[in-house]
Amino acid sequence: MATALSNAALRAALYRMLLMRRAEEEVIDLATNHENEIRGHYHVYIGQESSGLGACLALGPDDYVWTTHRNHGHVIARGGEPGPVIAEVIGRTNGYNKGRGGTFHVIAKHLGILQTSGIVGGCVPMAVGAAFSIKTRKTDQVSLVFFGDGVLEEGAFHEAINMASLWKLPVIFMCENNSVPPEGREQGQYPSSSLAATQLIDVPNAMNIESHIVDGSDIRAVAPLLSDLVVRARNGEGPFFVESRLTRWPGNMGAFPELIGGPYQIGWVWDPSTADAALQSWLTDSDPIALFARALVEEGVMSKAEVEADDAKASAEAADAKAFALSGPIPEPESAMDYIFA
Amino acid sequence: MKQMTFAEGLSLGLQESLEQDERVVLIGAGFGGLTPYRSAYAPIRGRFSERITDPPIAELGYCGIAIGAAMTGLRPIVAMGTGAFSFEAFPQIANEAPQAYYGTRGQVTCPVVFHMMTGIRGAGALQHSSSPQSMYWNTPGLQLVVPGSPADARGLMKTVALRSENPTIFIDHQRLQGVTGMVDEADAGEIPLGVAEVKREGTDVTIVAVSVMVARALEAAEKLATEGISAEVVDPRTLVPLDKATILKSVAKTGRVVVADESQLSCGVASELAAIIAEEGFESLRAPVKRVAIPNVPIPFHESEEKYITPSAGWIINAVKQICN
Repeated sequence: MATALSNAALRAALYRMLLMRRAEEEVIDLATNHENEIRGHYHVYIGQESSGLGACLALGPDDYVWTTHRNHGHVIARGGEPGPVIAEVIGRTNGYNKGRGGTFHVIAKHLGILQTSGIVGGCVPMAVGAAFSIKTRKTDQVSLVFFGDGVLEEGAFHEAINMASLWKLPVIFMCENNSVPPEGREQGQYPSSSLAATQLIDVPNAMNIESHIVDGSDIRAVAPLLSDLVVRARNGEGPFFVESRLTRWPGNMGAFPELIGGPYQIGWVWDPSTADAALQSWLTDSDPIALFARALVEEGVMSKAEVEADDAKASAEAADAKAFALSGPIPEPESAMDYIFA
Repeated sequence: MKQMTFAEGLSLGLQESLEQDERVVLIGAGFGGLTPYRSAYAPIRGRFSERITDPPIAELGYCGIAIGAAMTGLRPIVAMGTGAFSFEAFPQIANEAPQAYYGTRGQVTCPVVFHMMTGIRGAGALQHSSSPQSMYWNTPGLQLVVPGSPADARGLMKTVALRSENPTIFIDHQRLQGVTGMVDEADAGEIPLGVAEVKREGTDVTIVAVSVMVARALEAAEKLATEGISAEVVDPRTLVPLDKATILKSVAKTGRVVVADESQLSCGVASELAAIIAEEGFESLRAPVKRVAIPNVPIPFHESEEKYITPSAGWIINAVKQICN
C-alpha cells in the first residue's frame, strides 16, 4: 500500500476538492442566472469530489483518463484549470477544445484525457483500447476510466471488460455509484433497480477481474486503494474494477442541478443544522468535503480558520475562472466547418 | 508489372503497411472472408502473427478498442468480416471515432481503418449482404475508400494505414476478390485520397462506377463498344474525399451519365453522386442522370431472387441505352 499522505498533501487535496465544488457552483450559476450560456441539460460532480481526486492522485502524468458527461470535476481533479474547463462548458474559444464540445465533452489532451463521451459506456472500450496500446507499445502507463453505475447495463461494457481480462490489460474501471444510501457505502447488499446482479462487482468478478468496493466519499480510502491498484496495473497485474460508493447530493436533480439553500457555506461543515433541512443528513454522513474537513480539523492537520481561508481562496479562484470563461470569444459561425479531417 | 487478383493486391498492401510501420496492428485478420481467394491473405498471418490480435465476437467492444488504441499511438486495421457486422459496432464507429478530431479542434487524431466485406455475395441472404457505404458517407468525419481494382486496393490500403490520421471505412466486396489487374510491385503504389481514375476513355456517355461496379462497368463498356456506343468509365476510388472535378470533367465531355453502385437506391451512393452531377454539372447534361443501384429491398437468399436485384453490366447497358438513343 502507498504511504499515507503528508499534512501538506492532505491540505492540498482538500483545497482541490473545494476548487472542484466551487467551480461546479459557478457552472450552476451560469446555467441558472445567465441567459443562454448553457443551453440544454448538464451534469455536475458535486458530492463526488473525493472519488475523482483520490483516483487522479494515484496516477502519473503520462497515464490516460477517460470520463463521461459528468466530467467537469474529473478534469479539475486531474489538474485541469477551472478557467478553461468552465470556458469549454459554455462553449467559448478559450476552453480546452475552443468551445467545440461544451459541457458533455470537456476533453483535455495535455492531461491524457482524450475523450469524454456523452454516451453511457462510450469511453469504456476506448479506455481498454488505450490499455491495449500501452501493452503493445510496452510502456508502463495505465488507463483509468470513470463511469457511473448505469454503464453496467450497456453491452459495450461487457464486451470491453471481457477483452481487458482476456488480454490482462493495464486498465482500471472506476465505477462511481452515486446512488448508494450512506449505510450502504461501507458494506452490505446494494440492489440496483435496473441491474439483475446482486452486487455491481459480481459482473466484473464473473470475468475474473479483481474487484473492490470502496467508500468513495472518503478520499483517504480511495487514494491508497487506487495507488496500490495503479502500481499493480503498471506491473501487469490488471485489469481492476473499483465500485466507488457515493451518496447523491440532494441538489443533483438529474440533469438540472439546483443549489439548495444557495451556495455551499463552509459553516455547514461544522454545524449541518444551519443548512437547509434537505441537506442536513447529507452534510452529516455523506458530503466528501464536510467529512474530510471535519476529520482534518479533529486530527489537528488544519484549523477551522485554515479550512475557511482555503475555501475563500478556492471560491475566489472559481469566481475568477468564471470571469475568464465569460471573457472568452464565442466561436465564429464559419468555424463550425473547421477540423473535420486531419 | 504483374497480374494479380484483388485479394493479392490487398494482401500485398497490408503486408507492406505492416512492414513499413510497426504501429500498424491488425484486430482480426479474416480478409477475404470464406472465398477461395482467402489463401492470398495467408502470408499476413505467416509473417506477422505477433501483430494480429484475434478478438472475441464483440464488434462494439473491439472497434472501440481500436479507436482508443488509435488515439494513443497505434494505427489499427480492423478486419470486421461482413459489412453488416459493423452495425453491431455502429455506436463506436459512427458516434466516437469521427468526433475525436472535430471535437478537439484538431488535438486528438484517430488513425484507424475498418475493413469490411460488403454487398451481395451469393447466398449471404438477409443479414450478410449489406452495403453500408452510403450510411458511412452520411457520417461526417469518416473517410470512405472504395477500391475496385488490385492496384487501388493495395495503394489505398497503404495510404490509409501509413499516411492518414483520420478514421477510414475500407469498403471491400466478396465478389471483388477474384477481379484481376496489373500491379507494379517495384513502385510504392500509394494512391492519394480524393483522386479518381478514368478506367476507360470514351466520348458518348460517362459511367461513374464504384467498388464492385467498376468491373461490371468495364464489361458493359466493352459490349456497348460493339454496338457503336463509346463509354467512359470513371472510378472515384474514394468517396470521402471525393474527386468531383474528374467526374464533372468527364460529364462535360460526354454530356450523358450513368452512376452505378451496389447499395440501395434511396439516399445511396449512386443517388448522392447523381445529385452532385445534377447540381454542379447541369449545363453539361444532354439527358437525365441515370442511377443503377439495388432496389429498396432487403437481400434474399436464393440465387434466382438475388440475381433479380443485383446491379449488373446488363443493367448499366440498359441505362446507357435509355439516355443515348
